[in-house]
Amino acid sequence: MRGKFNKSSLIGWQFVLLPSALILLFSFYPMIQSFILSFESGKGNVSHFVGLGNYTRLFSDPMFLQALFNTLLYLVIQVPIMLILGLVIAHLLNSPKLKLKGFYRTAIFLPCVTALVSYSILFKSMFAVDGIFNQMLLNLHIINEPVAWLLDPVWARVVIILAITWRWTGYNMIFYLSAMQNVDPSVYEAASIDGASKFRQFVSITIPMLKPIILFTAIISTNGTLQLFDEVVNITNGGPGNSTMTISQYIYNLSFVYTPNFGYAATVSYAIVVIVAVLAVLQLKVGGEKK
Amino acid sequence: MKHLGAIGKHTFLIIASFISLFPFAWMITGMTNSSSDIVKGKFSFGSEFMNNVNKLFDTADVATAFTNSFVIAIVSTLLTLILCSMAGYGFEVYRTKGTDRLFGLLMLSMMMPFAAIMIPLFKLFSTWGLLNSATAVILPGMTTAFMIFFFLQNTKSFPRELLQAGRVDGLNELKLFTHIYVPTMKPTYAAAAIITFMANWNNFLWPLIALQSPEKKTLPLVVSSLASSYNPDYGIIMVAIIITTIPTIIIFFLLQKQFVQGMLGSVK
Repeated sequence: MRGKFNKSSLIGWQFVLLPSALILLFSFYPMIQSFILSFESGKGNVSHFVGLGNYTRLFSDPMFLQALFNTLLYLVIQVPIMLILGLVIAHLLNSPKLKLKGFYRTAIFLPCVTALVSYSILFKSMFAVDGIFNQMLLNLHIINEPVAWLLDPVWARVVIILAITWRWTGYNMIFYLSAMQNVDPSVYEAASIDGASKFRQFVSITIPMLKPIILFTAIISTNGTLQLFDEVVNITNGGPGNSTMTISQYIYNLSFVYTPNFGYAATVSYAIVVIVAVLAVLQLKVGGEKK
Repeated sequence: MKHLGAIGKHTFLIIASFISLFPFAWMITGMTNSSSDIVKGKFSFGSEFMNNVNKLFDTADVATAFTNSFVIAIVSTLLTLILCSMAGYGFEVYRTKGTDRLFGLLMLSMMMPFAAIMIPLFKLFSTWGLLNSATAVILPGMTTAFMIFFFLQNTKSFPRELLQAGRVDGLNELKLFTHIYVPTMKPTYAAAAIITFMANWNNFLWPLIALQSPEKKTLPLVVSSLASSYNPDYGIIMVAIIITTIPTIIIFFLLQKQFVQGMLGSVK
């Protein structure tokens, strides 16, 4: 039957041609343009060829290095926390006898329907100096005076990490939960009979079985974190003193906030492209060898 | 010992649910309080709701922003469903070496960070004179590699015998798609519609660049600019956030099943 379908390949091309052309026009063409731009420099529309000038500037640009550091910091801390938390919650929700399962699942998933802008502003208001978070900590006598969370470089980063974790943990949890439901329960029964503890079963059965899904969520989360923009802009606007700024925000600032320098902005954007590519290859190497 | 485990589980899940739901409670009580009360961390209902609503509508043209967001999200969703389902169907049902290669190439665009393409996109739309229009927001987002992938994955479970039966009945290839595939795949379309609508409704960075004049702005842009002013009024911001969130919450609760299935369909 397959062979018969293959004969009609011309029809297949008719179905895929227009959508493919649109992706080529709105993704691949700009990618190539960006690459060409990255060899030019100048303000506004007057630009000239500078060869590798932008690329050498990159490594001595303190603002870029700061944004790169921040972005990688979010990545290294937030992604593992979120994925492990998602796995643990999914594992708990997967136990057959658990009551209130539906409530927990909906509650933990609900943050995923909020707009990135909206939840960012909610977090900004909750972590204000006299905000609800300080009030609660004061009432619980954990702190003696309000902390200016968003004005401290370290705490501001913590708030951003908390916010992203709040928004996305449920998203990853849903993927894990569905994959867990596809695992045959008899595997666990056999392990129980062999005397494996619940924790041991989680580590030795659940996680290996879920490897492809974990890899998938790791890649999309990494990708998302490297492109972090909405949250940082709306919670701290990159401050205090650029300590929370991400690469995406720096590119935006270079293009639309400071005196526009599209060429250098394009160069910075290729830094993300390189990191995304390297990490994707690494993750596939580490996680995908047996697939 | 067994009971202890169950208590531990529930405690953990209750804390997790509490943390998940708290910001929602914060936003709902917040819309009834004045800005100064909100900033002081007041966590109970107040009497400022109507006042906040009136002030919001005086400060920002929320009705226009809502309409803009709605038009963009609906049109984008419709176009995405048509184009991406055609492609997903085409790539799977009529696959050849050539189309497989093209599909692989398209998948690469999923790895392209938006920041890397936004400047050329901005220039492209500026050359076309389309900046500051809904069209500029809709065009680049209407075909995504992810959605094509999503439809292709779901097409794998589509019964091909139906196509054969249709051919016997004398339907041409386009009619097979519109009269057999589309009605059969309704659940897939529903899931794709929800995911796409939400993504477009909540989109921020590209509209921020592409839409400059106030009467073209979408809801997230309005919310963001309200909050970034020097002395933000959190009372009216909370109302604006609620207005932005309500449509997606309604969709989520009405179509929870399809939504969750849809997310899963993409990784099957």
